[in-house]
Amino acid sequence: MAKVPVQFTLNGSEKAEFIDSGTTLLHALRDKIGDTSPKGGCHQGTCGACSIIIDGELRLSCLTLAETCNGADVRTTAGLSEGGGLHPLQRAFLDAFATQCGFCTPGMIMAAKVLLDHTPNPSREEVVEALSGNICRCTGYEPIIQAVLTAARSNSQNVA
Amino acid sequence: MALALQTFSTVKDASAALKSAGTLYLGGGTLVVRATNEGDVSISGFIRSTEPSLSAITVSGGKVRIGASVTMAAIARHPDLALLAPAARAVGGPAIRNMATIGGNLFAPAPYGDFAVALLALDAIVSTGDGDLPVEAFLAGRDNSRAIVTSVGFTLPKDGGLRFLKVSRVKPKGISVLSITAVLEQAPDGTVSSSRIALGCMADRPMRARAAENALLGRKLTRDGIAPALAVVGDGTSPPTDPIASAWYRNEVLPVHFGRLLLG
Repeated sequence: MAKVPVQFTLNGSEKAEFIDSGTTLLHALRDKIGDTSPKGGCHQGTCGACSIIIDGELRLSCLTLAETCNGADVRTTAGLSEGGGLHPLQRAFLDAFATQCGFCTPGMIMAAKVLLDHTPNPSREEVVEALSGNICRCTGYEPIIQAVLTAARSNSQNVA
Repeated sequence: MALALQTFSTVKDASAALKSAGTLYLGGGTLVVRATNEGDVSISGFIRSTEPSLSAITVSGGKVRIGASVTMAAIARHPDLALLAPAARAVGGPAIRNMATIGGNLFAPAPYGDFAVALLALDAIVSTGDGDLPVEAFLAGRDNSRAIVTSVGFTLPKDGGLRFLKVSRVKPKGISVLSITAVLEQAPDGTVSSSRIALGCMADRPMRARAAENALLGRKLTRDGIAPALAVVGDGTSPPTDPIASAWYRNEVLPVHFGRLLLG
């Protein structure tokens, strides 16, 4: 079968590839473009490890066909750090020991980023709800929740 | 094997393409892409349509029309659909809700498809390329349907007229043990004058609890008033046994949660 072209913006940079029709965005990102920050966990839409942001909305890259993303703005954890420094969410996860095996971390951080983009000062309940589609099999949820709340406080202080 | 994706600007053209064997309609992808990820080799390609009407919500004079591509997230945040927000938010986590569509939910097998339970209690009309069908008839024939769902329409109940409950073991997001939607109207004296009850996970697809509906008519929503309905709410059910719950457990807890929904 002939390859099909896909073109989208990934973390601010234009990307264009020829892929097999029906390729998931997760597969295209990891195996064609080389961004391995979204993880392939369940491939069923259950674990959230492949969570990314498409046009400002949290999506699951394992259930998204790459061809449907033509012209889209795609954001992954790999694009969060600026100027060599960690993003406040990455820093908070590190400081709060919110990464155990680390497999769920990129998805957790993208889910948290969408939350903080729209709700800069979330309640604990809002954080729990925002992360409800992301599973941590190390079951380290409490440090993750605290990391997101810490990042929110850090953002508020920086803005103030 | 590569899976061909064909995109059409009109539902009519997409419907023609969907006649090819092995093709499935692609909405949000949460059912059909999952199926291919799990190795369903019967699927050889996806068809989708970008017709704008599929993504529109119109609310006018108490009548609602929701395009089949409208997502659960869009329903949950729509100011005129607050009544349905709890049912929309019951579907998956935030990422799934940004992808899962109302059209797709009509095809979700138990233990999924919580929103379709609400649509069944609303006595919605499902519009397809082949015409309109009551949602109950559509659900009954969905396994053999090749028509593209274009929209779902229903009349909004009065404020407080729709009660929705999803029971899951994992909080805040979990797969359903069961879900219940009740659309009730009450006379000025508090007796139930109209009732539609829909159950999720109590069969392989959403089902009406007609015996309970009839048992509620003329009764007040008190512990004594609802007792006859609780006694028959399980009539005709055939719940699945799956990793979430056994059929026995679902049948045992159904009256308990139905009672809480009615008295809550």
